[in-house]
Amino acid sequence: MNGIALHPIEASTVAPEVDLMFYSLLAFSLGLGLVLTILVLRFAIVYRRGSRADRSDPHKRDPLLEMGWTIGAAVVALGLFVWGANGYIERDHPPEGSIVVAGFGKQWMWRFQHDNGRREINELHVPKDRPVVVRLAAEDVIHSFYVPAFRVKQDAVPGHTTQIWFEASRTGTYDLFCAEYCGTQHSRMRGRIIVMEPEDFAAWLAAGPATQSIAEEGEALFRSLGCSGCHGPNSAIRAPDLHNVYGHPVALQDGTVRIADQQYIRDSILQPERDVAAGYEPVMPSFADLVSEDELMKLVTYVKSLATEHSP
Amino acid sequence: MSVIASEPPGYFAQGMGIKAWLLSTDHKRIAWLYLVSLTAFFLLGGAAATLIRLELATPAGDLVSDDIYNRLFTMHGIVMVWFFLIPSIPATLGNFLLPLMLGAKDLAFPRLNLASWYVFISGSLFTLYAVVAGGVDTGWTFYTPFSSLYSNSHVAAAAVGVFIVGFSTIMTGINFIVTTHRMRAPGQTWFRLPIFVWTIYTTSLVMVLATPVLAATLLTIILDRVFGIGLFDPDKGGDPLLFQHLFWFYSHPAVYIMILPGMGVVSEIIPCFARRPLFGYRFVAYATIAIGVLGFLVWGHHMFVSGQSAFAGIVFSFLTFMIAVPSAIKVFNWTFTLRKGSVAFDAPMLYALFFLALFTFGGLAGLFLGQLAVDVHLTDTYFVVAHFHYIMVGGMVMAFMAGMHFWWPKMTGRMYPEMWGRVAAVTAFIGFNLTFFPQYVLGFLGMPRRYHAYPDEFGPWHLLSSAGAVVLALGYLMPLGYLTWSLFYGRRAPADPWHATGLEWKTSSPPPQHNFEQRPEVTGPPYDYPLPAPSRVEGVEP
Repeated sequence: MNGIALHPIEASTVAPEVDLMFYSLLAFSLGLGLVLTILVLRFAIVYRRGSRADRSDPHKRDPLLEMGWTIGAAVVALGLFVWGANGYIERDHPPEGSIVVAGFGKQWMWRFQHDNGRREINELHVPKDRPVVVRLAAEDVIHSFYVPAFRVKQDAVPGHTTQIWFEASRTGTYDLFCAEYCGTQHSRMRGRIIVMEPEDFAAWLAAGPATQSIAEEGEALFRSLGCSGCHGPNSAIRAPDLHNVYGHPVALQDGTVRIADQQYIRDSILQPERDVAAGYEPVMPSFADLVSEDELMKLVTYVKSLATEHSP
Repeated sequence: MSVIASEPPGYFAQGMGIKAWLLSTDHKRIAWLYLVSLTAFFLLGGAAATLIRLELATPAGDLVSDDIYNRLFTMHGIVMVWFFLIPSIPATLGNFLLPLMLGAKDLAFPRLNLASWYVFISGSLFTLYAVVAGGVDTGWTFYTPFSSLYSNSHVAAAAVGVFIVGFSTIMTGINFIVTTHRMRAPGQTWFRLPIFVWTIYTTSLVMVLATPVLAATLLTIILDRVFGIGLFDPDKGGDPLLFQHLFWFYSHPAVYIMILPGMGVVSEIIPCFARRPLFGYRFVAYATIAIGVLGFLVWGHHMFVSGQSAFAGIVFSFLTFMIAVPSAIKVFNWTFTLRKGSVAFDAPMLYALFFLALFTFGGLAGLFLGQLAVDVHLTDTYFVVAHFHYIMVGGMVMAFMAGMHFWWPKMTGRMYPEMWGRVAAVTAFIGFNLTFFPQYVLGFLGMPRRYHAYPDEFGPWHLLSSAGAVVLALGYLMPLGYLTWSLFYGRRAPADPWHATGLEWKTSSPPPQHNFEQRPEVTGPPYDYPLPAPSRVEGVEP
């Protein structure tokens, strides 16, 4: 690093947008702050005790001025709100065709696993110009995935799956921080995001030790844990077939309908009695003590794959 | 002691022995009990801050271990929030002044008032035990499941301490609410109340409504830790995010518990030293209530990246921008109070003007954090640290110092040395900006909070911040010296050294035990300042 940093590197597609908002707010704040400072200084100097300034009619009230700045402040506040909310909604909707990576936070390291099964610790390789979704889980306490150069941050919360997406716009190595205090070595829970040209990334990904993909590992678990015994096509016990479930509405016993998203599949594995599908008996045992966060993520990925490979 | 013959002896005449202080139900003496205890806690929290800044002067974590560092910032936060900022102005200046401003003999429940101090001290013993026994490492926010399942520090003792101190807060709040309703002087209608009373009243309402939620939340942490009930433990069907909702449902209103009384102090001082009525008095009173109410509806803005739904995030962002409006109204009103005034720059006024500047720049930073897309980048970084220190230290502590100087003659019967007061105010202002402005830059660059060691690129800004902290510490130590000195050697203060209008100035300095010889009456609006100003009364030699 040469000199003193004033501005963080912009390395994602949202970074320039966030910075535009930041600098607009900065201009507005400094402008308003400057106007107020000048007013205070001017009043303080002109009307200092003993000065000969005109002070006639000092007790006049000015409701117009009052209403003026009340409404002015409200309009500015509303405008800022709308602008910021727009960017936030985008954050919730990753583009179609994103690369999906599983990310786990634990005291005090980050673990990642790519779609084809390649794993990394405290490093994440991603391609440039391609949206990447990181599905986040935490194995112990809350952590937060923060890449300042991308202007993105998302907490990883035990018991929840959260996600974050970004599209890197320049190659290089960028800091990954844990931004949610997580205990003794919180400040050591740092990693690197390595952005590569797409072809380099493809080569890097393929060069990994040959392992199964996450979905394949999930399928193996699905069998070894005995899930396939009931959820399989020829089972004796009636349990819903899981093909084409993910991403679709599921009617529940209590008459409500839920979209089968990550959280739903996860909850159904850990607390099967909570949201039982309509027409089925609540006979499934909880697998909470049998599967780790890691394995949960694999099972969810497998169930998700059942919805894409067999879709008509 | 030489007492001016024509005036009644002040409340000090009731005795200076230990018993006369520890058993008195006189609100003025209880204010001193709080002032002495809070000053001790401020120094304790300040000592932790000093070690934090020393550690952060260099990127490597080399001065203290990571565990010690985590305990230091936790202690700094817990002590400063619950043992200094929340009780600061209400328990000291509020206790001393509320009955005086209402022309009353005492608070509505004098014994409850004394009890509140003993409860405060008992709670603080638990927290001090937690510190001495090895500390707490959860941060003042006690986030679960770290605090409930994973931390190996004295979380339960610290939480019990804060739990107990909450009752002291509730007692004070109830006392102030009843006093304001029932004990106003004849003719003192609601819109003849000084803004200080409006803010103390609103603060008390928030205290009484919000503190029980904190109590319940802390209790559940203790139950989770000790009995493993698992309310926040996902393995037992609990949810860590539930804790954050409960915690911020209290802790965001708590921010207004901390800042509203500061706004009250400044609203007394600026009109007095500008010799003008407070501009838009009713707007300021309504804005105070609006802040109190809206303060309960914005807690989710602490959780924009926690995994709460995007819809919740958007609603909380909207409400957050709404609460900026009444705060902005106040800033405009204070500014325009100066217009056509006759402005003097005694130490209380300097502190009040610095409050105005720092509160404004802290508040404007709040817009960045309320704006969703920008907050995603800035939250949990030093930008947030800078933002709340601008409001809490730059705003609140400046206002506290302004009030201490303004009412010092009333509380002690002695004038503080004016030149020292001005030098200390300017020193604290410069030191404050040197310490905390660099932290805005650090936050924008991406420096996360609560980091014991950090990458080299953040080094220069941290070094500047640490250097500024030295100046700031000097600005706070000076008043400790000269105010104590003035207790014994300061010039005698007249009843009304500033030619101010409130009822508290209608009685002698210091006031007699029962405050007023005759019950005062109120016949007009507050801040009825005439122009031109009479020359200042300097006080008489002791």
